[in-house]
Amino acid sequence: MQQTDVEYKAQNDDGKKKVVVRVCIGTGGLAAGGKEVIQAFKKAITDFCVDIDLDFTCHYQKVGCRGFCARDVLVDVVDNNTSVTYQGIKPDNAYRIVKEHLIEGKPITEWLIDDSYYAFHSKQHKVLLKDCGSIDPENIHAYIGVGGYEGIKKILAGMTPEDVIAEIKASGIRGRGGAGFPTGVKWEACRKAPGEKKYIVCNADEGDPGAFMDRSIIEGNPHSVIEGMMIAAYAIGADLGYVYIRAEYPAAVDRLKLAMAQAHELGYLGKNIFGSNFSFDLKIKLGAGAFVCGEETALIASIEGERGMPRAKPPFPVHKGLWGMPTVINNVETLSNIPYIIRNGAAWFASIGTEKSKGTKVFALTGKVKNTGLIEVPMGIRLGEIIYDIGGGCLDGKQFKAVQTGGPSGGCIPASLLDTPVDYDSLAKVGSIIGSGGMVVLDETDCMVNIAKFFLEFTQAESCGKCVPCRIGTKRLYEILDRMTKGLGKEGDIELLEKLCNDIKVTSLCGLGQTAPNPILSTLKYFREEYEAHIKEKKCPAKVCKDLLTYSVIEEKCKGCGACLRACPAKAITGEKKKPHKINTSICIKCGACFDVCKFNAVGRE
Amino acid sequence: MKETFDQIITKYRDTGGNVIFLLQETQDALGYIPEEAINYFSEELDIPASRFYGVVTFYSQFHLKPRGKNVISVCCGTACHVKGGSKIAERVQRDLGLAADGETTEDGQFTFEVVRCVGACSIAPVVLVNNKAYAEMTADGTSKLIKQLKKEGPDAAN
Repeated sequence: MQQTDVEYKAQNDDGKKKVVVRVCIGTGGLAAGGKEVIQAFKKAITDFCVDIDLDFTCHYQKVGCRGFCARDVLVDVVDNNTSVTYQGIKPDNAYRIVKEHLIEGKPITEWLIDDSYYAFHSKQHKVLLKDCGSIDPENIHAYIGVGGYEGIKKILAGMTPEDVIAEIKASGIRGRGGAGFPTGVKWEACRKAPGEKKYIVCNADEGDPGAFMDRSIIEGNPHSVIEGMMIAAYAIGADLGYVYIRAEYPAAVDRLKLAMAQAHELGYLGKNIFGSNFSFDLKIKLGAGAFVCGEETALIASIEGERGMPRAKPPFPVHKGLWGMPTVINNVETLSNIPYIIRNGAAWFASIGTEKSKGTKVFALTGKVKNTGLIEVPMGIRLGEIIYDIGGGCLDGKQFKAVQTGGPSGGCIPASLLDTPVDYDSLAKVGSIIGSGGMVVLDETDCMVNIAKFFLEFTQAESCGKCVPCRIGTKRLYEILDRMTKGLGKEGDIELLEKLCNDIKVTSLCGLGQTAPNPILSTLKYFREEYEAHIKEKKCPAKVCKDLLTYSVIEEKCKGCGACLRACPAKAITGEKKKPHKINTSICIKCGACFDVCKFNAVGRE
Repeated sequence: MKETFDQIITKYRDTGGNVIFLLQETQDALGYIPEEAINYFSEELDIPASRFYGVVTFYSQFHLKPRGKNVISVCCGTACHVKGGSKIAERVQRDLGLAADGETTEDGQFTFEVVRCVGACSIAPVVLVNNKAYAEMTADGTSKLIKQLKKEGPDAAN
């Protein structure tokens, strides 16, 4: 069989037998060299397969985030319906895979994924990420091929806006951006609000450090977000939508622009969509980098071109939003779920998850865990299942200490609470939140005072400055934590922290200030003894806080190899070859380079 | 310069008058937002310069000073932080002899900045060099990269 195209394109699929090599071009995939791997496969397939006579054709295909970023570049070879996955693929591997696997039908066993790949997927329930990792995000036909845009078609063929809202309410979906407000209720309020024009806004200003779900969804399946926005617009009565997206996500912006252009071309966006009375168009607004713009009223101010300062609520944006008109703001993941709910029905969605938290949730599992990546799990799964079964436990055999969820608005959950189900209400009960879905695993070498300080450094810098409790309060919190980590903590500091935290929580204007104390309160609750050690003993039990450490050479272990001497940027180490070295503590800058470089564990850190 | 400013003003008017858009266009064209741009816009559009400065200093995307040819951004988001991002930041600062986040070397070759999460947490710690992401970086690895960029000299920078 002669072949012409080497890139797989869904719209050209003639149903004939073909073997497709899928290469991840998500963020992780690209950073690991995904682009180069694609080029290598393109060349290898062109060189090997075009001129020979096979009873099938060979292709490569770009796909979005596959989730298991720790093993990138991940490559699937899909032959009919069977799929074989390779991990850690480099451009050099392409020739052998094409020759031995594609042509001769013999997979290269030593490059195949191992058991941890299956473990990583065993407890996941992929709805959004399923399409994300298997279709070409740069081709609208790929999305259409897996049922895309069927949701909006179904609606325009005979559902009223009220029917749509009832369906979304029945599904029980709650906002995936942080607060967990029921999406259907929000839509209904906006539908009923008087206003000559209404807007739907997609919040893609994923500002939480430690979160990249929204980025991956837009990069991996941009059309699902567009379709979700169309459905929302129809339900609330809007004909214009905005996607507010971080300028720091250039690849996501490009994919979205391309997806919008393709949707326009096919008449999926624009006037009288599918011959109906429904018209809808989209605009992209680039965020300029401010965490507070994740807050709805701040986001609105930013779209309008001003400083992103929140205002008091009510009035809520569903009544008085963008340019004073009723506006629904939904997060990327929420909107991406909508087409699946309409296509598969509210009952299907409601069958996943717990009583009050329905559906699946995408998490960014990162930090000191073996299997980092993007995961999608049913609501209600236990934290421990995520960390141990999916994540494979801590790196390097270290002991698990806590998991930080919800970013700067969330908290740290200790090992003793790993049985907690992951749903909105259970996480709130233990002092954290689901938030947008960041999940950073911490091990025994992480200092909880340092972690709290890290978040407060972030929130005090990102505070917009409008209200006093947040502007000044978070700064004071940061200063107290900072002095603790420098050995200057005072008796009474813990109580002062607690009082300030509670005051800031109840008096701040917006969610940023109201939740900023959470990282402190949760670490105080579960790791109070670490705070006490910093204050009373001037010690950092996890050996992280620089000012509380001293480095010295353990003479009996030192071989005098000179590695530390060469590594020391401050020239604080002296010593003759093959004789124990010495660290001059008065010029040591405590960077830890000697500790890291010593192969004999001869550098002590106390 | 005036011509560029006028073009931006026309675009600004055509798109409904959005200050952030105006500033983003200016930065796209010039790489930063010079004082003369703000003064010019202020005169032409009858908007107080303070309103432009209010927006510029509010958002981290905007820069009031020219940037170096190579921009080294060290991610210190949560995942990068726990995996040693700050050690990398310290090293870059030392290698380039820069005192603080956001500074540029005197020869205009390098700008160093700390960023909070670039959304690549699964491959932390991450360093961006001219927007290209480098996965699972170390302080030594970053030093090497900088050395290489220095060797390539001013003309090779993109």
